[in-house]
This record gives sequence, structure tokens and C-alpha cells, in this order.
Amino acid sequence: MDGLVLRNLGRRFGAFDAVADLNLHIKPGEFVSLLGPSGCGKTTTLRMIAGFIDPTAGAIELNGKLLSAPDGSVPPEKRGMSMIFQSYAIWPNMTVAQNVSFGLKLRKLPREEVRRRTGEILEVVRMSHLADRYPSELSGGQQQRIALARAIVVRPALLLLDEPLSNLDANLREEMRFEIKRMHDEFKITSVYVTHDQSEAMVTSDRIAVMNKGLLEQIDTPYALYTRPRTRFVASFIGRTNFIAGHRSGDLIDFTGFSVPMAAINGPVASSGELTASIRPEAMRLTTEPSSDENAIKLEGTITRSAFLGEAWDYVFRSRNSDVEFKVAAPPSEKFEVGGSAWLQIDPRQVVPITD
Amino acid sequence: MTSASRTTEGSSIAHARWGSSVPWASRLQPQNLLWLLLAAILVVLILAPMSTLVIASFTDAQTGNWTLSNYAEAYGRARHVTALTNTLKMGAAVVALKLLFGVPLAWACTRTDMPGKNLVRYGVFGAFIMPPYLGGVGWILLAGPNTGWINRAWFWLTGATEPLVNVFTFWGLVLVTAIGGFFLVFVFVSSAFEMINSEMEDAANILGAGPVKTALKITFPLVLPAILGSALLSFLGAIALYGVPALIAIPARFPVVVIQLSEFFSFPLRVEVAAAYSVPLLLITVGLLGLQRLILRRKGYTSLTGKGGERRLVKLGRWRWAMFAYCFAVVALAVLLPFVVLLLAAFNRSWTAGFSIDNFTLRNFHYALFEHSSSQHALVASVGIGIAAATLAILLALCIAYIVQRRVLPFGQVLAFLAVSPYVIPGIVLAIGFYAAYALPPLALYGTYTILVLAVATRFLPIAFTTAVAGMRSIHPEMEDAVRILGGGRLSVIRSVVGPLLKRTLAGGWLLIFVLAAQELSTAIFLVGPNTRVVSVVLLDLSEEGRMEVLAALGTLLLLMIVAVVAIGVRYLGRDFMLRRS
Ligand SMILES: Nc1ncnc2c1ncn2[C@@H]1O[C@H](COP(=O)(O)OP(=O)(O)OP(=O)(O)O)[C@@H](O)[C@H]1O
Ligand SMILES: [Mg+2]
Repeated sequence: MDGLVLRNLGRRFGAFDAVADLNLHIKPGEFVSLLGPSGCGKTTTLRMIAGFIDPTAGAIELNGKLLSAPDGSVPPEKRGMSMIFQSYAIWPNMTVAQNVSFGLKLRKLPREEVRRRTGEILEVVRMSHLADRYPSELSGGQQQRIALARAIVVRPALLLLDEPLSNLDANLREEMRFEIKRMHDEFKITSVYVTHDQSEAMVTSDRIAVMNKGLLEQIDTPYALYTRPRTRFVASFIGRTNFIAGHRSGDLIDFTGFSVPMAAINGPVASSGELTASIRPEAMRLTTEPSSDENAIKLEGTITRSAFLGEAWDYVFRSRNSDVEFKVAAPPSEKFEVGGSAWLQIDPRQVVPITD
Repeated sequence: MTSASRTTEGSSIAHARWGSSVPWASRLQPQNLLWLLLAAILVVLILAPMSTLVIASFTDAQTGNWTLSNYAEAYGRARHVTALTNTLKMGAAVVALKLLFGVPLAWACTRTDMPGKNLVRYGVFGAFIMPPYLGGVGWILLAGPNTGWINRAWFWLTGATEPLVNVFTFWGLVLVTAIGGFFLVFVFVSSAFEMINSEMEDAANILGAGPVKTALKITFPLVLPAILGSALLSFLGAIALYGVPALIAIPARFPVVVIQLSEFFSFPLRVEVAAAYSVPLLLITVGLLGLQRLILRRKGYTSLTGKGGERRLVKLGRWRWAMFAYCFAVVALAVLLPFVVLLLAAFNRSWTAGFSIDNFTLRNFHYALFEHSSSQHALVASVGIGIAAATLAILLALCIAYIVQRRVLPFGQVLAFLAVSPYVIPGIVLAIGFYAAYALPPLALYGTYTILVLAVATRFLPIAFTTAVAGMRSIHPEMEDAVRILGGGRLSVIRSVVGPLLKRTLAGGWLLIFVLAAQELSTAIFLVGPNTRVVSVVLLDLSEEGRMEVLAALGTLLLLMIVAVVAIGVRYLGRDFMLRRS
């Protein structure tokens, strides 16, 4: 099968499962992020893909070729991949041009081609004028550009990135996100990007794989991940959300204080019993009068807290008949007083059932 | 498993079971062979000589049978036992004297406002460069009972007929041995002093302790580990040193172990007995090391390491110049006096004739360089061995340090242990081990430069290894991962990244070993053949022949060559590269 396949991949350190039973298929040209909290096994997974760590279970294949299995692995230098490191790992004893051309020289390309391709990629990352500098004479952002150029110039079968932006300051990070995205759009290199920053993952990725405690929780496009989280962990790790408890009765799902018809809900629901749903703060609207929308769920209540964040209001709304509280986001123009009464309007299509 | 991962595992993945394995061809790394090779080299350099030594000590030379007779012969005579006890006594006295020299100098140079610190530092540096046996020769010229400069001045001044000082005594031996090695104490202890934070001392001051009390109760206990460590090394150095006892202990009729060993090595050659005789030396060494560990563990000194913090200099007040006088006196004893008389002798027709234009000559140099049968050759050999041994030790140490630091191999720690183990093997014992293992057929390396280079490189491998480990620690592992993921093997990692980044550190270690290797005597004495004599050995012969002027000239030439190499090093690496403890 083309692309990168992780099959039942696992890595154990002593009695501790750093990664367990991970299944993933990354298609050629796709950009996939591994996203998750610290210690969830992202780096371990990435380094297994690179060949620096051998798996203790499962297998890794790239374009149909078996690379890693518990009984032995192809060493990193024979995998034709490249990687961008958190520490940049720019070699201080080589100039910018030497750093970038290193991989090409290892591939024993003709000198003319090495020069041409080095020049081209430096052009792409806008670093041509610094080709003869040493890394100690570069800023952090410039160093990361060099790392990017060095990794891309060899046209790797797979590009691995391990939190490449975490050492940069906020502005530079934003700029480099788009730089990485631009590189990917230009060269279409299959990429695996490790990060614990969700907005970084959202900007760069075609799909995001959310990991937790060594397990894969969900893999989806950023949009689907945000609007259709499947688990409690994903719903709370990506953005903010409200969890509401409910249970199924016939064609309706009863939540405290209101119910939603099964037909309106998007997504699989267990045939009976208790369930939890997630509603994003943006999926609701506060109004002073009950809205006229037939399909919307309408609740009456009071505003118990408010905070102004600049681009939006952050309210907490308490429903009158159930005392359930909702976090609600509202545009800056929609101002409500704390203690005042209001109506909450929920779009049933955005009530997403999740598993715990 | 979550529903998410079930989705990703499409039906297409399921068809290929991962029972098939990674092709062997792409798994095979030729570098793996290198690790095996390294382990083999260490076996050749350390394990084989040492185990041969121990086995030989229990083997009957004629029949090859298991026996204890070698030990009976080695320790059966009162004189042989006396030599051992003498050696231990001498070692203890030398340690005391080295501490008396090294610790105050280290303290004065790091923690006080004494004037002339740099002068003292240069003096200590000089003591490091000057081979111990040249210091010994200098002191024979100074304090020989009848013709020594000091005694002649004494006769002339007072009309006395009894010498004032005599180097050919127990204390003469102790003094000369101590001045040849106290720089080690200085280096260890001054780096410990540099670690101490003034606040620790301030705390004692505030509680009412005066400066002296603070020094005794706080400062010195804190540098105690360094003092103990350097005392241990000093002891090992003293009991295994060959040159100074050969110059002084023989005329003084003071039997010591190394001289006794060399007797076993002369006709009739009794290597097995020598081996038996040196095994206790090895045991003493290991025992002392264990003792040191025990002491340091008990007191929990480990917390000292690392923390720098602010340091203020102790104001010595009117004792500033007294301190300087003491330091200067030590430097004078260790370097200035012996060096000056050596230089004078080198330019004199007869070193006993006194200063005069008539007595001035360059003949000694001419003779040493062009007429003497082996000294020209020996100069080249010494420098050559210094270069080869330093290079070998550094390369080997780099590879081992790499394996250990990067955990390339599961048993890397074993390699590390082997690499530092020569630290506790006295040079002369190492030489006997090499002799026993390799001198005779089937390898028959006796009388080759190969065996000399191997033994000397082994002797200094621990220095190279600690240097390389310190260097490796400073390189981020991701720098290496970056090479590998781009297609470079581990060799490529070393060649293009680790090597260049460690250049300076390694060059420092290389120079340090070069200086020591080029002047090495203890290891060389049993391994040189008639055609592979090195300067140190030739110098010793010249002293036996009583040709002090030629000796002085040849010694000066050796010093000159070493200083030239060191000067180049200092130029590129900075002045302090050798006085820093790695
Ligand atoms: N060599 C090792 N030995 C033992 N445990 C390890 C080893 N490497 C990683 N671990 C453990 O495995 C877990 C996953 O580590 P990993 O480095 O993959 O986390 P991560 O997701 O990259 O976290 P971060 O975001 O902090 O980088 C952690 O709990 C870590 O302590
Ligand atoms: Mg990580």
C-alpha cells in the first residue's frame, strides 16, 4: 500500500506502554499531525517512524516496504526520510550552504546538481544571501529555515517534524507555520508533524491524529475533529466545549431540561441508555427574546459570569429549569449583564454525542 | 480501541500480516563490526596483558604448570620484602609532601589575593612539562654529596668538609619524587576550590568563625574529595615511578619495588617472578581506590559538584607576600633550580668546574645530536611515540565515549570501565603485563615500536577517555540524528559532526597525552629493545655512565621539543588548556 502504514504499533519501556496498538495510514502527499498532551507518546511514535527507536510490537511500512518490526528495523540512514528537530540540530561546524547540501552529498549526486539544488532551496526559504554564514551567526527563525531547507532539499520519501516551532517566539511561530504549510503545498512531501499546540496542527495539517496516553483517540481533518469529536478527550483537548449528560428514550434524547430528536443529531448514537454529548460554545447563541427558529432548542435562564476577550465575549449561562450551566461565546457586539436574563438557542445539529 | 483507530485501520491494511520481516541486507550495519573491533582492541590493550600478568605469576616458567613458587621467590627474601615496605613508606611521605606543595598553591592561586598568581601558575605548568627524571638529575647536580652546587657553595662559604645536603637519601628520594608530580594535586584541588561558593564560607563567618577556622572547618572539608583523589593518584604515581628511584634510590642503597622489578628483568630474566612481585602493587592500588570510594560515599560529598556561584577572594593582608614566598619557593624547588643547573651543565665542558668562559661549550649538544650512538634516533622515537600514542588513545577514546554516551551498545558501560581501568594500573605493572603477553613469540613484539606505542597509549587512555566523554556531553544528540536521517551512517556522524565539533577538546587532550607520552619512562623501561630506545631510557643510561653534561644537553633538547609542541597548543587552545581538569 502506498504511503506510511503503522500497524498495531507499540513501544514498551520496561512495564510502561509509551505507545500502544497504534494504527494509522498516511496517504502519499498527506500532511498529518500527531497532537496530544506531553508524554502521550508522540515523540516515541515519530522516532519509531524514523528508525531511531525499534517498536516492541507491530510494524511500520512505507510504500509497501516493511521498515520496522520487533525483530529488527531498517536503520534511519537507509529510510530515505528527513526530519526537523526541536533543537534545529543545525551543525555549527558547517556553513548554511554546507548544512543544506549535506544530504545531497551523502546521496553522491554530481557536484553541479548539488550546487543547483542547494541554491534553489535556499531561494525558496529566502536564505540565499546567508549561504556562507555559520549557524552561530543566525537567528532562531533563520536556523529553523535552514533546518527546513536541509530536510526538504533531499526530496525525502517522508518528512518528520518534532515540535519544530516550540523554541520560537509567538510571532515567529505563526510565520513559520505558514512557511511549513507553503513548503508542503509546493513540494507535496508526505509529512508527519508532532506538536502539542492545537492551532499549529490546525493550520498545517490535512488530518490530525489526536493521541492520549499512548493511544490514538481520533484521526480526522481539523474541521471534522473540531465539529465532530468522538471522545471526551478529543472534545476537551481541541478547543473548549460543554459536556451534557443525557439518555435515550425512543426517538428522543433527553438532556436535563430539554430534549433533541434522534433524527436531528449528526452521528452514531448508542441504541439505548446513558450518553454524553458535546456542544461547542460557538454552537449556541444568546438572545434577549426567544428566537423564532422552529428547529432550534430554546432555553430561558440568566447570565452568571462574563469575560471580554477582545474578539469575543465569554459568558456562562444558567438554564432556569435545570440549573445546568453552559459556556457560551458571543460576538463583541452582543453584550449581556451578569445577573440579567437571556435566552439560549442551541442548534441540534451541533450537539455531538461522544464516548468517554 | 477507540472507534477512531478502527476507522483508520482500513480493510486494506489487514491483509498483510506483519509476520514477514525486514530484509537482512538493509538491516546489516557495517558499523556493528566496529563496535566488536573496539571491544577486541580493549581486550588486547588491557584485559589480555593484565590477565596474562596474573596468570604468569602463577605459572612455572619451565613446565607451564600451576605454581606458587614465583610468589615464594618474589617475597621469599627479606630484601624483597623490605623493598615493598620501603616503597609504601616512600609513597606515603611523597603524598604528604605533594599535598604540602600542591594544596596551599592551589588555594593561593584560586582563593586569595596573593600577588604573582600567574607566575606561580606558569611554574606549576613548568613542573608538569619537566619529566621527573630530569628534575632528579637537576637535584643530583644541586645536592650531590660532594660535587653538588649547594654543597660546594657550603664548603666554600664555611670551610666545612661535611656536605650540607645529600640527595642520595630517603628524603632526597621523597623530595625529588614529590616535585615531579605535585602539579596533579594542584590541578585537582584548584578546580575543586573553583567550585566552592563564597556563601558557604560566609555562612560560617556570620556564625562567628574567623577566617582560619572557616578555612579549616568549611573550605578544606569541601575540597577533601579532590585532595583524597589527588593523594591517591599521587601515591600510585610515586610507587610506580621508575626514573627517580633509578637515579637516586640505587646510589642511596635504598631498595624499592621498581628497582627490584628491574632486577627481575635483567639476567637471568624472570618475568613470572616480576609478575608475582607486581601483583600486590596492583592489589594495593585497587584497595586504595575502594577505600577512597568508601570514604567519599560515607560523607555524602557528592552534593558539592557543579554549583559555581559567586566567589570572593580571601584578603591575605600582610601575609600576601609570605604566601607568595612560599609558592615561589616550591616553584623554585620544583622547576627553577633544577632547570637552571641542568641548563648550565648542558653548556659546560665540565659541570663541576664552575662558571667561566672557558667552561662554556656547545659540544654537548653536538655530541648528543650527532655523535652519540642512539640519542638522535631516540629523540625522533620519543616524539614519534608521543604522537602515535596520543593519536591512538584519542581515537580509541572517542569511539568508546561515543558508544557509551549514545548507548549504542547494551554493554557500553563495560567498555567504559575498561577504558578507565589503566588509571589504577601502575605504568610499570602495565609494562610487565605487555611484556608477558606480547613480547615473546608467537607475537614477538619485543623490541618493536608497536609494543611501545600500544603500552603508552593504554597507559594514557583514561585521560583521553574522560576528555572525550566531557566533549560528547556537550553535543546535542539531535545533531547526530540529523546526520543519520539524511542518510549518513554512524561513521559519517563521527566524521562530519562529532569529530569537527570535538576538535578543540580533543586537541587539548591530545597535547596533554603527547607531553606525558613523549617523556614516559616507567612503561618504556621494560619494553624498549636495543633499537627502539627512547630519550628517557637513553638519559638514564647516560646518568649511569656519569656523563651529566651530555645528559643535560639531551634533556634540554627533549624539553625544547615538548615546549615547542605545547607552545603551538597554547597558541591555538589558550593558556589554561592543560591545567584544567577534564
Ligand atoms: N527511553 C525511555 N525510557 C523510558 N521511558 C520513556 C523513554 N522514552 C520515553 N519514555 C516515556 O514514554 C512516554 C512518551 O514519551 P514521548 O517522548 O513520546 O512523549 P511526547 O508525547 O513526545 O511528550 P512531549 O510533548 O513532552 O515531548 C513518556 O511518559 C516518557 O516518560
Ligand atoms: Mg516529544
